[in-house]
Order: sequence, then structure tokens, then C-alpha cells
Amino acid sequence: MDITSHTHHISQQYNIELDDIRKHLSEMGGMAQRQVNDAIQALIDADLEKAEQVVRADKGVNQMEISIDEQCVRILARRQPAASDLRLVIAVTKAITDLERIGDEAAKIARQAIALNRDGVAPRGYVEVRHIGGHVSRMLQDALDSFARLDMDMALHVVQTDKVVDMEYGTAMREMITFMIEDPRSITRVLNIMWSLRALERIGDHARNLAQYVIYLIKGRDVRHSSVDDIAEHIQGIE
Amino acid sequence: MLETSELELTRSTLNQPAEFSQPVVADDTAATPSHTQANKPMLLTDEAIKLQVKDLNLYYGQKRALNNVSMVIPEKKVTAFIGPSGCGKSTLLRCFNRMNDLVDSCRIEGEILMDGKNIYDKDVDVPELRRQVGMVFQKPNPFPKSIYENVAYGLRLQGVKSKRVLDTVVENSLRGAALWDEVKDRLHDNAFGLSGGQQQRLVIARAIAIEPEVILLDEPASALDPISTLKIEELIYELKNRYTIVIVTHNMQQAARVSDYTAFMFMGDLVEHSATDELFTNPVKKQTEDYITGRYG
Repeated sequence: MDITSHTHHISQQYNIELDDIRKHLSEMGGMAQRQVNDAIQALIDADLEKAEQVVRADKGVNQMEISIDEQCVRILARRQPAASDLRLVIAVTKAITDLERIGDEAAKIARQAIALNRDGVAPRGYVEVRHIGGHVSRMLQDALDSFARLDMDMALHVVQTDKVVDMEYGTAMREMITFMIEDPRSITRVLNIMWSLRALERIGDHARNLAQYVIYLIKGRDVRHSSVDDIAEHIQGIE
Repeated sequence: MLETSELELTRSTLNQPAEFSQPVVADDTAATPSHTQANKPMLLTDEAIKLQVKDLNLYYGQKRALNNVSMVIPEKKVTAFIGPSGCGKSTLLRCFNRMNDLVDSCRIEGEILMDGKNIYDKDVDVPELRRQVGMVFQKPNPFPKSIYENVAYGLRLQGVKSKRVLDTVVENSLRGAALWDEVKDRLHDNAFGLSGGQQQRLVIARAIAIEPEVILLDEPASALDPISTLKIEELIYELKNRYTIVIVTHNMQQAARVSDYTAFMFMGDLVEHSATDELFTNPVKKQTEDYITGRYG
């Protein structure tokens, strides 16, 4: 059975508790997304101050993970949720882990920005960062939206986009290698860009995970490690 | 010298990881990792059928209490009936040993087959049916007799007189009900001296003394404290190796814990019946979802 909301419990308090973890997940998602966008911007603009701020703010994302986790444990202990409520709590505990990792990756990008600021600006590669960064940022946005609206089509779209990002990442890597061959003096700096691209690609993977939890939450089927086609078929098949 | 050889011994053991990493494969099932086995979905269609309900309608006077219920109860598995008060789950349970015959206004249409034979056929020996299908109620109802006589009661009714036979059956039944160790030194004390949880297990021992095939449990733990409840649940887990068990419970966590299959009933209809794992994580019907998650429909 597809679910559309987590309200209408006889216990009002239970409604509030479930609503709270959803709200807090959205907040944490917003925070992680801001971190990603700021990190990309700091890298492209060679903005040292912004980069340092991203590194500092990672703590906030981490703390949020711990506090939402506690809320989920409390609900499990006190309410023994079942069916879609259970799936919500499980999906949220999984989602916050991915969001925390996204925060870590954003901090990594910010550290590369700081390193580049020290060693001098990289000669090339910003186009790729901007391009893949834009993709990944939108994926994250969509994944979070699909969670908030329980929108399965959007979740599926995120899973599909991840394939595109992976491909673009491969292309960008090859390009970076040619840059390094052309100008060996730039290797250190191009490596900084490569690490950043790697981080962006990982963020894309985490966004895809988030979208897969949404499908689990709505359909009750674990679609991790399934191919995009299988997921799409599954979604349409049981509707 | 000894130390060196000990050291060598340890090292030679450490250098043989093969012994540890390769489990002895007894058969094909052992080759599959245990976690995939545990996740293997249970399907009603894979089970041997003990009881089959066919288009069952039940009326109390003019009021229809069960609407066209059709279902199967798998053999040597635990089936739980859940649903709000008045949904017909106890009524259905009582049909399995014709307890509803005792209600004057009760009328039944349809069939219930046990091992393929309709238990509502005219030639059915009802007392014999109730021996095969034992029942335990919400409130423990021991007889005002000794612990021993409570368990031996059914056999005495059947005319068993041999003390040796009775002793054996009483001990085995009390062991089967996980009560023997607590009462073996006071078998001839009055059963009312036992605690509620012990009385309930005594009643279960009394039920299994006459070797039934099916045990019906109607809210067996709802009058018990949490520890006694867990003991009853543990007992159910043991009993399903030998008996087919059907349990009615208001406690959904209990149904989730003890049963293999769960049937959700609502206003006389069987709404959903599937593997417990499936029903409690991903129910198909909205009514089921609303009930088990505590929503108003």
C-alpha cells in the first residue's frame, strides 16, 4: 500500500513525534545542501573565508545527526512503530547517515579550496567542478524534496541522474589526467580539483541513497543495489 | 622448552586459517549464508494445511458476525488473529472446536475442513473433535483440584487408570508447558495456590496432556504480568514444533513476536492474511495499515 502521510494517529503525540523527525530531517538536509553549495562556490571563487566557514559548520551537521538519531531511538523504544511508521523511522535513521557523509564531503571540498588558496589557483578544472557540482546539488535538492513530498517519480529521477553524474565524473577524470600530462608542474593543484570532483561524485551517490530510502518508505521494498530499470519496473509493476 | 613448543603450537594453529574459514557443509541449505535464510519470505502457499475455512458465515440470531470468511491455517505454525473488539476473531477461533454450538442463537453456513474433513458434518464426534482441538482462555481456569489431578483430568475421563501412565503424562505435559521445575515438589497442592502465569501454563499442560493436534489460545496472556507473558510466548514458540497453534490477541506486538502468519479481521471480514513479517512491515490493505499503526480509519 502506498503511503501519503504520517498523520491521523489516535495518539496526537505520536503524530507530533513522527512529524518532528521529518521536519528535522528536512532541516538537516537543508544544512547539508547549503554546505555543498558553499563549498563549491568557495572552490570556484577561491574564497578562503567561505571555505573555512564550511569546514567549521560541518560540526552542526554532525550534531544534528546525533540528535535525530536519538529521537528515532526514542520513538522505536516507546511506540514500537509498525508498517509505514516503522519504515519512516528506519528511512530517517539511514538518511541522516548519508546527510552526515554529504557534510563530510562538503568539508573535504572546502579543504581543497583552502589548499588551492595556499598553493595558487589551479590552471584548469573549474568548469568541470561547476558542471558536476550543479548536477549534484540539484540531485540533492530533488532527493530532499522527494522525501518531504513522498514523491516517488522524483526519487526515481534522482536515481537515474546518478548514472549521468558517474559518467561525467569519468570524463572529467580523464580530462584532469591530460592536464597533468600537459603540464606536470600543475599536478598538485589539479589533484586538489580531482579530490573535489571525487567528493562531488560521492555526494551524488549519497543523494541517490536518499532517493532509494524514499522508495523504500513509500513502497516497502528495499531497492538498494538494484538497477535503475529494475527499480522503474518495480515501481510501475505494483502500482 | 615448554614455552617454545607452546608458542609454536599457537603459531601453527594461527597459520591454518582454512580450518576456520571453511565451514563444514552438511547439505545444500547450509551452504547459503544464514542471513539470507532468515530473510526468506514465508508463503502460505508453501505450507501444509491443517485447517481450511471455506465461505464461512456465522449468525448470532439475525446479526451476521462472520462474512464469507475463507482462509487456511498452516500446520505446525502459529497463526495470530488480530482486530478490534467485536471483529469476529474470537468467534472464528471458537468455530474450530465448535464451541459456538453451545450458543443457542448461533447458526453457521460454510465449511471448516480439518485434514480435509468437514468438522461440521453430522457424523462428527464433537467431544473427540475438542480433544483434537484444545483451547485455552483468557483467564486461567484450573479445576479446584491438585496440580496433578488438573493435568491428569482428561486422561481419567478417557478411562486411563494406570498410575505409571498418568505419572508419565503429567510429567511430560508439565515439562511441555515449562512448568515442571516450578511445581515438581508440590504436585498434590491445590492448583489455586499457583500464580496467574503458572495457572495459565497449567491449563496449557492440561490441554496438551490429551495430545491435541491444534491448540486454540484466546487472549492467553492478557491477564498476566510481562514476565509471565514472555514465558507463555516462549512456550508458544516451543509448542509449535508439535502442534498447530491459533492465537487471538489484542496485543499487536505479541502477535508480531510469536506468530508466523497473521490474519487481520474487521467487522466480520477477513481483511488481510499473510506472513507476519510482511503484514507488520508492509501491509497491502489500508485498513490493516491504519489498525496496526494506531490510526483511525
